Amino acid sequence: MGLRNYIDKIKPNFETGGKYARFHSTFEAFETFLYTPDKVTTSGSHIRDTVDMKRNLITVVIALIPCFLFGTWNIGYQHFLSYGESVTFWHTFGYGLLKIIPLYLVSYIVGLTIEFVFAEIRHEDVNEGYFVTGFLIPLIMPVEVPLWMLALAVAFAVIIGKEVFGGSGMNVVNPALLARAFLFFSYPSKMTGDSVWIADKADAYTGATPLGTILNGGGVNELPSLTDMFVGTIPGSIGETSKIAILIGGIILIINGLASCRIVVSTFLGAISMALVFNVPICQHLLMGGFMFGTFFMATDPVTAAQTNPGKWIYGFLIGAIVMLIRVANPGYPEGMMLSILLMNIFAPLIDWCVVALNIRRRKKRWAAAERRSK
Amino acid sequence: MSKNWNLITAPLRKANPVTVLILGICSSLAVTAKLKPAIVMALSVTVVTALSNLVISLLRKGIPSKIRIIVQLIVVAALVILVDQFLKAFMYDVSKQLSVFVGLIITNCIVMGRLEAFAMSHNPWESLLDGVGNGLGYGSILVIVAFFREILGSGTLLGVQVIPQGLYDFGYINNGLMILPPMALIIIGIIIWLQKSEEER
Repeated sequence: MGLRNYIDKIKPNFETGGKYARFHSTFEAFETFLYTPDKVTTSGSHIRDTVDMKRNLITVVIALIPCFLFGTWNIGYQHFLSYGESVTFWHTFGYGLLKIIPLYLVSYIVGLTIEFVFAEIRHEDVNEGYFVTGFLIPLIMPVEVPLWMLALAVAFAVIIGKEVFGGSGMNVVNPALLARAFLFFSYPSKMTGDSVWIADKADAYTGATPLGTILNGGGVNELPSLTDMFVGTIPGSIGETSKIAILIGGIILIINGLASCRIVVSTFLGAISMALVFNVPICQHLLMGGFMFGTFFMATDPVTAAQTNPGKWIYGFLIGAIVMLIRVANPGYPEGMMLSILLMNIFAPLIDWCVVALNIRRRKKRWAAAERRSK
Repeated sequence: MSKNWNLITAPLRKANPVTVLILGICSSLAVTAKLKPAIVMALSVTVVTALSNLVISLLRKGIPSKIRIIVQLIVVAALVILVDQFLKAFMYDVSKQLSVFVGLIITNCIVMGRLEAFAMSHNPWESLLDGVGNGLGYGSILVIVAFFREILGSGTLLGVQVIPQGLYDFGYINNGLMILPPMALIIIGIIIWLQKSEEER
């Protein structure tokens, strides 16, 4: 237990009045990262549970690991496929790792630095919320995104999306999606098109995502087969391609109660009904692009989603419906998942407010009726 | 002297019409994609607020209070038309860029707000200074926002390339979001944020 003793030894330096008091938040963050905190709740409501925020967030990261592993492999697979080379599994995976590790380094270093600085300025404890956001951000990026753009997007998302509202748990929109939206509107040439989805692709190879093919007027028969889209051996954002990996992660989240199955089911319902309205192939649309990834990992974000149960149904249904609307009716954007989730994030508080207000009105009426009867 | 000087300086910071009173936001979003139109717009609004404040202050004893809004509108509209014609005559290209927003100075809340809140109850000299101060306060925010939007969004300042070509060869790309109106709102938000945290200290 040398480390524990060392931490206890240097601890007084970081207390109020100590030599490094201004780094108290940083010290506290590392201490609680290494050891279970010995603090107990001193005010407000008390809930005794082993599941705290840290464990919730770690579960989400575990649920994302299948997507991460498959995405890493797929980076290499797509690269070598475009050159027509066939290499061993580990060669493919290693190539993917070399591409994905810089993205993760940038995401975590930039994001956590900003989180620590804000925590110190505000004299608050450093919050764990960024661990999930930082893990998600590279997964929803094209593999060819330049690192300085990623750094800029992370900084924008953490400061404008989260810190101005008061940090984790206070944000109105999903920070990871905000990072993507920032890049999407700032540098469209690096976020859409046929050349960004495959690392160092051969020039002659098309490299279009299924949605890109559709946008350019391609028919259903030009798409990859349903099996390919389900397994994930297609070009796309790093984490979104494999539906198997997403389903494994999604089931982990739902079983642990972290993702609301109401939102997941209603998002699917919304997308299916809108696909019926437009008469477009349903299976392909559910498997293409970021629909599944967004449904399981983004729409269900407990902070930005609707909180009431009826509200969750409305929220999810509208996300699904708007995705199809953007995909089919909008000639400019190939994918609508990011925009529809961000839009509904904004409306989620309004949906909740309406649900609560309706509930209050119904109860008032019921109470008034009971009052009349008793007279 | 110091009281009159205060009339000009207060709207620049602690009573800024854009960042404190949150007035005139829509034109701040619309004309700040480039620095040159923003400067012209800032000057136009300053002229209109200053002169309309002066005129209304001179007329204030004679205006029946029931029709004061109409009288104010007529004065403002006349001034705006003069400014518009001036721009069309001498700065045609900028006038085309500003398009409808010069005409919309009439509905700029800052102008009417200062007439109602200040010129109707103060003497002409003070009103003139207040108009100049508020026009400059609005203009300063416009110029700050336009500075960042033009340099980050187009890589130029007043139409002159300032980001070196070498940086573009290195992989730098102009930020497309800066050209879009939402970014103006975010920049104004950041200015308000900085100003508030400065004041708290």
